[in-house]
Formats: sequence, structure tokens, C-alpha cells
Amino acid sequence: MSKVEVKESARGLAFPYRIKFEDRVENPPRWLSPLLSIVAVVIALLLGALVIKIAGGQPWAVYNHIAKYSFGSLGVISDTMVKATPLILVGLACSIAFRMKLWNIGAEGQFFLGAFGASMVVLLPVLPEDAPKWLFISTMAVFGMLFGALWGFIPGLLKARYNVNEIISTLMMNYIAIEWNNYFIYAVWTDKGFQMSRMFQRNAWLPRLSDFAKRWKVFSGLTTHMGLLFAIGAAIILWFILAKTQWGYEIRLIGDNPRAAEYAGVKIGRNIVLVMMVSGALAGLAGMSEISGVVHRLQGAISPGYGYTGIIIAWLAKLNPLAVILASILFGALILAGREVQPSGIPTLIQGVIMVSLIASDFFLRKRVRVIRRVEE
Amino acid sequence: MDWLIILASGVATGTVLLYATVGEIFSERSGVLNLGVEGMMLLGAMSAYKATAATNDPWIGLLVAMLAAGLVSQVHAFIAITLQADQVISGLALNFLATGISLVFGEGLTSLRDVVPQLPKLTLPLLDRIPVLGRIFFTNQSIMVYIGYLFVPLAWYYINRTRPGMHLRAVGEYPAAADTLGIRVYFLRYMYVFVGGLLAGLAGATISLSISPGWFGSLTTSGQGWIAIGLVIFAQWNPVQAAFGAFTFGALRRLVLDIQGPSTILGLANPFFYNTYYGFFLKMLPYAFTVIFLVIGSREANRKRIGTPAALGLPYIRGQRGL
Amino acid sequence: MDEERSENGFENVVSMRGITKRFPGVLANDKVDFDLRKGEVHALLGENGAGKSTLMNVLAGLYRPEEGTIRLHGKVVEFGSPREAIEEGIGMVHQHFMLVPSQSVTENILLGLKEPRFRMQLPKYNQIIGEMAGKFGLHVDPAAKVWQLSVGEQQRVEILKMLYRGADVLIMDEPTAVLAPTEISELFNTLRSMTEQGKSVVFISHKLHEVMDISDRVTVLRKGKVTSSGLNTGDVTRADLAHLMVGRDVVFQVEKSEAHAGDMVLSVEELEAKNDKGLPALNGISLNVRQGEIVGLAGVAGNGQKELAETLAGLRPVTKGRILVNNQDVTNKPVKLGIRHGISLIPADRTQVGTAPNLSVTDNVIMKNYDQAPIGSNGLLNMSEAENYAEDLKLAFDIMVPTIDTSVRLLSGGNLQKVILAREISSEPKLMIAVQPTRGLDVGAIEGVQKLLLAQRNAGAAILLISEELEELLSLSDRIYVIYEGEIMGEIRDNDINKIGMMMTGTRLEQIEGEGVARNE
Repeated sequence: MSKVEVKESARGLAFPYRIKFEDRVENPPRWLSPLLSIVAVVIALLLGALVIKIAGGQPWAVYNHIAKYSFGSLGVISDTMVKATPLILVGLACSIAFRMKLWNIGAEGQFFLGAFGASMVVLLPVLPEDAPKWLFISTMAVFGMLFGALWGFIPGLLKARYNVNEIISTLMMNYIAIEWNNYFIYAVWTDKGFQMSRMFQRNAWLPRLSDFAKRWKVFSGLTTHMGLLFAIGAAIILWFILAKTQWGYEIRLIGDNPRAAEYAGVKIGRNIVLVMMVSGALAGLAGMSEISGVVHRLQGAISPGYGYTGIIIAWLAKLNPLAVILASILFGALILAGREVQPSGIPTLIQGVIMVSLIASDFFLRKRVRVIRRVEE
Repeated sequence: MDWLIILASGVATGTVLLYATVGEIFSERSGVLNLGVEGMMLLGAMSAYKATAATNDPWIGLLVAMLAAGLVSQVHAFIAITLQADQVISGLALNFLATGISLVFGEGLTSLRDVVPQLPKLTLPLLDRIPVLGRIFFTNQSIMVYIGYLFVPLAWYYINRTRPGMHLRAVGEYPAAADTLGIRVYFLRYMYVFVGGLLAGLAGATISLSISPGWFGSLTTSGQGWIAIGLVIFAQWNPVQAAFGAFTFGALRRLVLDIQGPSTILGLANPFFYNTYYGFFLKMLPYAFTVIFLVIGSREANRKRIGTPAALGLPYIRGQRGL
Repeated sequence: MDEERSENGFENVVSMRGITKRFPGVLANDKVDFDLRKGEVHALLGENGAGKSTLMNVLAGLYRPEEGTIRLHGKVVEFGSPREAIEEGIGMVHQHFMLVPSQSVTENILLGLKEPRFRMQLPKYNQIIGEMAGKFGLHVDPAAKVWQLSVGEQQRVEILKMLYRGADVLIMDEPTAVLAPTEISELFNTLRSMTEQGKSVVFISHKLHEVMDISDRVTVLRKGKVTSSGLNTGDVTRADLAHLMVGRDVVFQVEKSEAHAGDMVLSVEELEAKNDKGLPALNGISLNVRQGEIVGLAGVAGNGQKELAETLAGLRPVTKGRILVNNQDVTNKPVKLGIRHGISLIPADRTQVGTAPNLSVTDNVIMKNYDQAPIGSNGLLNMSEAENYAEDLKLAFDIMVPTIDTSVRLLSGGNLQKVILAREISSEPKLMIAVQPTRGLDVGAIEGVQKLLLAQRNAGAAILLISEELEELLSLSDRIYVIYEGEIMGEIRDNDINKIGMMMTGTRLEQIEGEGVARNE
């Protein structure tokens, strides 16, 4: 009852309370951060609904569609996991770089180069066509990671050597990567003049759940592939590195205060290059996993902006590798079911709104809200 | 291949970069890094095109574009200035947001090609008679190009030789000092982020209503907003240097498109004519050059140790202890 | 009218009553009263953290008090911003100068004013400001860019800025901290000429001798409260003031045993290095520090102290010369190598260099030994060992913090310095370079830090103490070098403050002694 009264009087002039934001003098409680993230996503979805409405769409139908076509049955859950797989890897790529306040927004380009490197193993070819599957997959993974790392190495070196702003350089490298791939798709590995390479032979495919349908019937038709294991494995390894190793500590230190890190004897330039390479390798592995697990050929449209979505995922997960897995599943659903949603820009828009509201919500991690009775003043 | 035509259309293409770059200079000079230029340009291009299609008047389209981008820039302003969040991540968010809005509201605009009127093109009498330069700068150019010629020196003068310009610089260099003297730091930062938005919108409208008319989704801007941010560093936050960089880049972009035309260049066989696939490498050039420009700009900045607004990227918190 | 005149018939320009100002977790001013008379220099005395600057920031419109009233010429005023205060004639010169480095003197002075309206017309205003500067004896080139000026010149610009705005009340926040002795006497002359012209000055300081020198009256603050208000400076002694300021009798000398200097630990030979702008900062420095002694380095801020400390720690490249630590050449060697050789740096900047503000106490105390057993081994980090270590240090150094997981940005200055000292001392350094280790701390914390340094010395460490506080140097050091424009002016063993003062302004010891000999003859 009293709550209602407060609301009522809020419209009047004699509002007896004043809201005040104060700097926190203690660390915020642990539960606050995840709670705020969830609230931010919910608010973002509501705001997204509003925009869809304005744009002439039907928000509830859109959300209903997204929910149904991403979690509605085992089949679509499997498809959601397929979309989440590259997202986990690029989300990790962004997380490790962002931990060091290294704004690698070039995961998209590193993804393309990873796909290129993996394709090279099949198309150049690096391995004979009848090489065993395990050899193909491991070689493709290594090549994908190498090429992704190379694409991270260049801006990393420029940053370490000449203090070149990595935001712009990594972004420019994205555009270059796409043209690079295009050249090979159109000119070198074109399949009968189409803008794509030939289909890879089966032994270059990552195993899928449906491959085991003979033994376990429940798997039939499920497209989830081994890339998901790569992704979850990478998340665990990265979590371990960040939380339990000296290198993880150095990254944490540089990220918070590079001058203090320098003072503690940590080599900043070397870590910039190294972290950019690891970040690139993770995004490259995402490219490999997508090529070898889903598309099975090199072509132009292999990413609906995974690299950029990775930025939001990293932020939603608060740069925590294990939380990246959960955030990726959410965004995997959005991308998967969003494909059929009209107008086609809606998934991008919702991602944007989520990110804006996430960043805005961080305010409450730094400030404490106090409601003060005016009469007290 | 006519070099004068390439240079002339380079000037036209460069005009887009020019507006976006100078807009970002205003924002960064006030201390706010806004990485949302690409998205704001896209929003400008889309809303200019949509409003022009609806009203048949490109000037209204231009105005709507500026307002739309200016408004969306205030999202970043609020998060970065009032909520004191990290400006990098907030700018990226603005990018997603503005791109999303553009794609949603730009649905179906692509099919309107050829029915939407464009901004006028004109040739300046007398000036076009100047040998070489007349044909590059003053012949059959969009009106936006001419406005750009006037705009650059005005922007330079405003920043360096006027009272509000001095306030702008003070807010970006030492907001606490400006604040104690009664300069409204928050207000000015909001305002110049808005100016940056207006100009990014203008840049977008210049694309869709004049330089390469039409709406092609996110390909409309194709990374020019990011190049503009790179140019700000190269230009050391100076509008005149920004104009130089923008026109150089414009010419480069044109060259990349036109170099595949002739069978010989300077008497040599043109490899890009005989193998059109090499065109993909040409398309990389503007982006590669941006990185090279950045290296040059960063080395300059390191050498001079001045240029970057000292408070760039830092939120201002009044009355913070240990001020 | 009664409000305007105090009981003695003096005119009160400003009178503040019951000012209370809170910051999260701190009561900075607790019902403070303060009066300022026309034409006086009124010292506001108190230790760091006593609330002096806060009170004056309230008067200057930067902070809004929670309670209390301010009267200006008897009229109640409320300032929403510094601009409103300046418009009423109250100007403040902050400890950190509020000047835009990339702009010229004239631009800085005109900043925020209504004239000129749009076009800057710099030549015209350069002339006006040049004339005004001449009138008050504040010599500075109006067309020069602020970053080109010396600290003393910048202070003059700040004063000019306030005078140009017609300030009648000038608040000077710790104005002498950055000045050389001769510059201080110039400043005092300027202040006196201003009071003669009917202006009033508030002089914030924690340095007793300066307060005795310049002020007409003095108000003392302690822990946010007034302990005595408006005393005539002539009626009190230095000891009285010290008692009022600290709340107990202060021992001016730290108890210090005889030094037993042992082997040479640090030996610097003809060291040269550049500053951040790429200009020469160190021009052939030679000095040495032995085991078991504290060697002071005196000098006005910005004469190469920062650069010297950084080159010694390996953080700044040496362009010429050598650094030997325990007879090993560490010139231009990696920072980590220096740490392994037992070099420890307590940086002047606790938040920008000394700590990682958003990381926990644990993460901050293991900064130098995270890769040493038992905390680090085989590339791994043993967090439970790290936490034990942090708990031990928290107890041993009495760090006041709820848990060791707390981010250090939430700690007070004194506790933050304890974190740094705990980390550095527990590494058992052979050479400790302490830069301004007590700056900004309250008296209790200062004493603690000084005791820790002496204990280190007695345990056999070699300590180079770099400080701008002469009193601290005199009481702690066994001998003192004086640095001026990147050169050592000489070495003093007898704490002769006059000689140090002359050396701080660029006279070499040989010259001083040469003159002394000449005079004796």
C-alpha cells in the first residue's frame, strides 16, 4: 500500500524522496553483476519489441518465433548449438583481448582467415585426399589457428611497436580478409565458375551427432558437430589460463594498469602481440570449425557477423570464459531463428540494444542508489 | 583512363570522408571518442534516402539524415558522459544499434533506385577555367563538395581562433580546469558528440543522395566510418590535415575502381585489365592504406608528443576527490 | 551591519558558518566556521586530510556543502559552481594547476569569460594581460604556451587568471609545495602587495614555518573540525600551532640512531636520460648509496627526480652512463632483473604506477613475486598461497581493509601506501628508492611510513629517499644530495638548510663554499 502511495505522489510536486547515486565504498556483492546482466537483457528485449513495433513488425510474434525455432525441439536445440559453436570461440577471442583492454574487433577477419587456412589443407592441398580423418581435422585446426593468429599478429605488432590504434587496424584487417577470401573463392578455388570452392571430401568433415545415429537413434538428424567440443575445451583452458596461471595474472595486471604492470617487470609489448595471436587463433579456430563442421566448403557467406557478435558476447559474459558459453547459446538462438524474421535487420538491432543496455547497467556496479527522504535534508 | 576524372571523382568520394572525419574531430576534441561513426553514417544514408523518397526533396532528406544521426549519437553521449562508461565499448554499441536501426528501417529501400531525386551537381563559373585544378575541383561536382570546401577552413578557424573553439579544446584537454571557470563540460561534450553525429549523418546523406546514390544495406558505407576514425589520428585532430587525408583517400578509392578499365597504364600492360580477379587485391588497398596512415600518424604523435586531446576517452566526474 | 563588522571593528569579507561536507564514507567538514577579513592573509592550517581544501572548495563553489551558510559582505550566498564564486570575487588557485597545457597564457586567462565574444583577437589581449602582469609583478610571457612554462610561472598565470576576473578573495591551496625557496619569497611579496591593495588571501598549508612567515591570522583544522579559529599569528608559537594541528605534542625529530654505512650498494655514474617529451632530464648524474644509510635527494619538483627514480628501476632508458647495483651493471636491463637484484621502487604516484586500482589487495601485493615460489611455480599461480601471503601482510602492516578481495581503489591514501610498502618491504630489498613516500598522508600515517623506512635502514638496506619535503629529508637522511635541472649540485652532510636552499635554485656547492671562503678572507 505504501509503495503505491510513493508512486502516486511521484506525479505530484511534493515527492518526499530523492534518488541519489553515490560511489561505492565497498566491492559490490557478487550476485549483483550477473543479475544486472539478466535485467539488462530483459530490458533490451522490451526495447527491441518497441522498435519492432515502430518499424511495423509484430514483436511478440517475432520473439515467439525466435523461442520456438531455437529451443522448441531437440532438433532446433541442436541447431542452436551449431550457431553457438563459432560464437563461443569468437566470444573467447574477444574476452582474452578485452581482459587486457586490447580492443580486438578483428575477430571477423581472423575468422575468415581461419576458414581460409583450414580450406587450404583440403584445396591446396596440404594433405593427400585420402589422408585419415583425424589427421585432416587436426591439421585443419592447426592451420586455421595459425592463420587466425597471423591476422592477430599484424595489428598486435603494430600496436606494440608503433602504438597503432588496434581498433582501427583490426577492423581494416577484417575488410582485407574478406577480399582475400574472395580472391581465392572467385579466382583460384572456384567450383565450375561458382563463387565457392568444391565440397570438401568427407574425411575433412568434423564428426556430427547424426554420424552416430546408427548406434544411438536419438542423434539422427542432429547437426551439432565436434567444433562444440573444441569450443567448450577452449573455454575451460582459457578459464584456467586466466585464473590459475602467471600469464593470466600478467594479463589481468596489464588490463587494469599497464604502468603498474611495467613497474612490476611485466613485458607489455610481448604480451600485446601474444594475446592478439591467441585471440586471433581462437577466432581462426571458429572459422575452421564452421568450414569443417557446417559449410564443408570455402565460400563468401560463412559469417553473419560472428566476429562482431563476439564483442557483445564477451561483454555480456563479463569476460568470463565459462559465462561466454551461456551467452553464446543465447545469441546463437537469436541468430538462428532471426534469419527468417522480417525485416532482416532485427537481429542486429536487438544485439545493439542488448549491448547498449548492458553497458548502461554497469553504472550500477560502480554506484550505489540511495533513496533519501527530503525531510531529512 | 583519365587521371583528371579520377582525381575529380576522388574529391567527390573524399568529401564523404571529410564530413565524417571533421565530425569525429569535433567529438574527440571535446574528449569523447565515438566509434559509432560507421553506424551513424549508415543511419544518415538510410534516413536521407528514405526521407527523400517520401518527400521528393533531397534537402529534406539531408536534414532528416543529420537529425537522425545526431539523435542516435546522444545514446553514446549519455552512456559515455553521464554514466561514465568505457567510451570504446559504448561507441561499439552505438555502432551496432545504429546499424540495426538502419537495416530495419531501410528494408525495401534498395528497390527505389532511380526514382529518388539526388542533390544537385554544378560547375562553378570562372573557377572551372583554372588549368587542371578547375577540372578536378570545380567542374560538375556535387553541391556537397563545394560546401565541404567552405566547411574545412571554417571548422579550423572555429576550433583555433574563436572563443567557443577555445572552450571546446579546453574541455577535451583539461575538463576540471574548464569546469572551475564555469565552462559547462557536460553540456559541451553532449553538444559536440551531437555535432559529430550531425556531420556523420551529413556524410551518410552525401553518399546516398549524391556520390553513389542509392541504398545498399551495410555496403552503402563499406567501412568509411572506420576509415574516418583512422583519418582523425592521421590528421592529428586538425580539420585541414583531415581534408588532405580525405581527398587522398577518395582518389585512392576511385583509382581502385577505375584502374581496371584501360588495357595499358603508362605504356605497360595493365595486369588488372587482363586478370579482373586481381581487383580483389585492389579493393584491399584503401583499408591497407588506412593502416599505413595510422602508422604514420602514430609515429608523428609519438615524436611530437602533442596532438591527442589529453582527456580523450576519460569520463569527467565533477568534485571527484583528488581532482 | 553587525554581520559585516566583527567585534574588533574589522570588516569580514567572508564568513562561513556551520559548514558540513560529506564524501562517501568520510565526514570532511564538520560544522566548520571561518571568517576572512579584508586585507589579511589568513592561513588555514591542518594536516593532510584535515578538510582544509574541502572547506575552500566549498567557498570556491566546487563542492556544495550539506549544511551551513556562506556570507559574502554580510549577504548570504550560495554558489552552484566555481564560476558563480568567481563572479562574486572569490578565486581559488588549486594545488594542481587548472591550466590547459596546450593553450597559451592569454587563452588560459580568457577561458570561460564573456569577452571576447567570438573572435579571439589574441594580440590585443596579449597586450592587456602583459600590462596587468607587470602591475602585480607577476612576470610571464602572455603568448607562451603553458606547457613551456616553469611551475612557478604557471602559478603566476593562475593568480593572474583570478585577478583578471576581479577576484577580491584569493584562495591559495598549498602554493609553496612546488616552489623553490626564492620563488616562495617572490610569491610572498606578491601576496603582500595584493593585500595592500585591499584584497584578501586564504593561505592553505600544513607547513608551520610558512604560516608563521606570511599570515596575519590563522585558523586550524583537525579531522574536519576547527580546533582554533582566527588566532593572531603574532600571538602564537610554532609549537602551539603544531599542538592544535595534530592534537598532541609533536616530536619534530624522528628518533634516529647513528648510521652504520656498509658496502656500496648503488653507484650511479654520469647518468643521462630523457623525459617524456624527449628532452634531456638527467644530465650526468653521479651518486652512490651504501648499505644501512638513507640518502636524501632534495630538489624542487620537476628537476629530474621522477626520471632518476625510473631509470634506476629500469623503467626509463638510460642514454649515457652506468648504474651499478652491488657491483653489477644493471644499466638498461629489464625491470625484472632489477627486482631480482633487490631493487625496490616506491613510486610517487600510488594509483597510476604503484597499484592496479581495480584489482584486489591480494593481486596487488603479489605484483613483484607472483612468479616466485611458493606463489608462482612452473608458470602456475597458487592463489591460496597468494591469499595467505596477503593475509599475513594485512596483519603485519595493519592494512585496514574489510577483506583481501577488496579492490584497492576503495582504500584510503594511507592504507594504499601500506599496501605498497608491505609489498616492497617484504621483498627484502637491498636498495629501496622511495619517492615522496609520505605525500598526502596524515600525520599518524607519515610517522608509520618513516618508522618503516628507518627500520629498513637499520636492517641494512640502502635507501634513496627522493622528496620535496625538506623537513622530512632533514629528519630522515644521513646525507643529502641536491638535484637541479638534472644535475647534482652537491652533497650535504651537516643538514645546512641554507646551503640546500641555494643549491635547489641552481648554485653549486663549490660556488657556495668558494664564496664563503672569499668572504672570510
